[in-house]
Amino acid sequence: MTTTQIEINHVSKVFKGSEQDVVALKDIHLSIPEGQFVCLLGPSGCGKSTLLNAIAGFSLPSTGDVIVSGKKVEEPGPDRGMVFQEYALFPWMTVEDNITFGLKIKNEDPVKVKKKLDELLTTLKLTDFRKRFPKDLSGGMRQRVAIARVLALDPPIMLMDEPFGALDALTRRSLQDELLKIWSELKKTVVFVTHSIEESIYLADRIVVMSYRPGTVKKDIMVSIPRPRNPADPDFNNLKRELSEMVMAEQNRFEMAQMRGSTGD
Amino acid sequence: MNDKGFLSKLKGVWVPALVLIVWEGVVRAGWVNPQVLPAPSAVLIRWYHYILPVEAYDPEMGSWLAWAFSGELIRDLFESFYRVLMGCLIGGGLALPLGLLMGASRTIYDYMNPLIQVLRPIPPIAYIPLAILWFGLGNPPAIFLIALGAFFPVLMNTIVGVRAVDSIYIRAGKNLGAGSFLMFRKIIVPASMPYILSGVRIGIGTGFICMIVAEMIAVNNGLGYRILEAREYFWSDKIIAGMFSIGLLGLAIDTVVSRLNNYLLRWHRGLE
Repeated sequence: MTTTQIEINHVSKVFKGSEQDVVALKDIHLSIPEGQFVCLLGPSGCGKSTLLNAIAGFSLPSTGDVIVSGKKVEEPGPDRGMVFQEYALFPWMTVEDNITFGLKIKNEDPVKVKKKLDELLTTLKLTDFRKRFPKDLSGGMRQRVAIARVLALDPPIMLMDEPFGALDALTRRSLQDELLKIWSELKKTVVFVTHSIEESIYLADRIVVMSYRPGTVKKDIMVSIPRPRNPADPDFNNLKRELSEMVMAEQNRFEMAQMRGSTGD
Repeated sequence: MNDKGFLSKLKGVWVPALVLIVWEGVVRAGWVNPQVLPAPSAVLIRWYHYILPVEAYDPEMGSWLAWAFSGELIRDLFESFYRVLMGCLIGGGLALPLGLLMGASRTIYDYMNPLIQVLRPIPPIAYIPLAILWFGLGNPPAIFLIALGAFFPVLMNTIVGVRAVDSIYIRAGKNLGAGSFLMFRKIIVPASMPYILSGVRIGIGTGFICMIVAEMIAVNNGLGYRILEAREYFWSDKIIAGMFSIGLLGLAIDTVVSRLNNYLLRWHRGLE
């Protein structure tokens, strides 16, 4: 029996608007066990990033609460490492300095920092780029650094906000494979936001499909296809078809709302 | 280097060479009074004497090196440079922390901004009477004026720079466990560095102008003083030699600052 790592208790989030309030999340109730790989799937504006930010502690829920490892989330913290879509690497630091940032500000023993750094550089195939600045790296490389920076602090939870959204298909696939490898070795709990159906099926143990405004849990399904998963596999395709219908229905609602001039995000 | 590269490098030489030749010709032909506009050759000779030590070398006076640098121009350059350096260090040194605080805290900004807005439009030159009244003559009023000139550009750019820091870096920093002091030192300051450094560059430029003016009024050495002094003797060749010296000092300072800039911002996009 695995223990619950993230408990989302009846979370709602309302953004105050000038004309009308936007209900981004409405009564979300989820329990994520330790070591699970969860994908939050849905179209733009379904509140998946809002939910991730609530877990990360960047933006607290209007009602309800998020309990992580038995403690209520009130602020961001290194136990919930976040990988952003825009990489968010510190451009003035080299790859090495970015990765060791979290350890150095904790005043870790330099010998330990060095050891951890070398380990991460090897795992993420960044050794040749250790002295480079982020501007000299490709998108895929930057995201590797962002993942290494989070892993350096060895957090039990990794939060990923469409981390591979800006990458080309091939780079994306290889990073997905690497993430799965890291996840299976290090047994992290992963909450991964995406709007790619295929990506969610390829990666997740469990897919939470979210609805467009108000953001609710439309469907919560476990993916039982054995890994490594093959996108050409019939089971994969059946699930993809099923999810497509659900997500497209939400996408249509999103587009209708856009046409009516409601503000999207 | 191939011939083509060499020739294209020479492009920049033609126009100044032509100007010098025409200038020299006009003076030699007697079309202008050399007292009003001396020939470039006369300026060059004057410049050479301006650089040379005033007295012949005497081993009893001290080291050869000290003698070699005892020329009037060398001393003037040193004095002027010293004033700009001190002024900019003081002005920038005060503006930077204040700018960081004002950029980061709305409250501090609201307290300080009205005062800054009232003082900022007053040209540093307008402080001359007060500077002399407060500090007398000599380096202190000069350095005060230069510091004033450097202060506002650094301040304004630092405020803008801090405000322009992308919130994603702040979020990433918080996520990695940075507290407010570390956030400031490791994230906000380096992230606003492009703005701060451009403020520093503008500040040094303003400080440099203030230096020349201050030297014309408050002290009796330095490049600004020297060209004013030369006017009293109708040494127009020395005035022009002094002006070119001022230009070269400015160029040298700007080159060093620009190199430093490029080094400190080597991480920044679009600077290669």
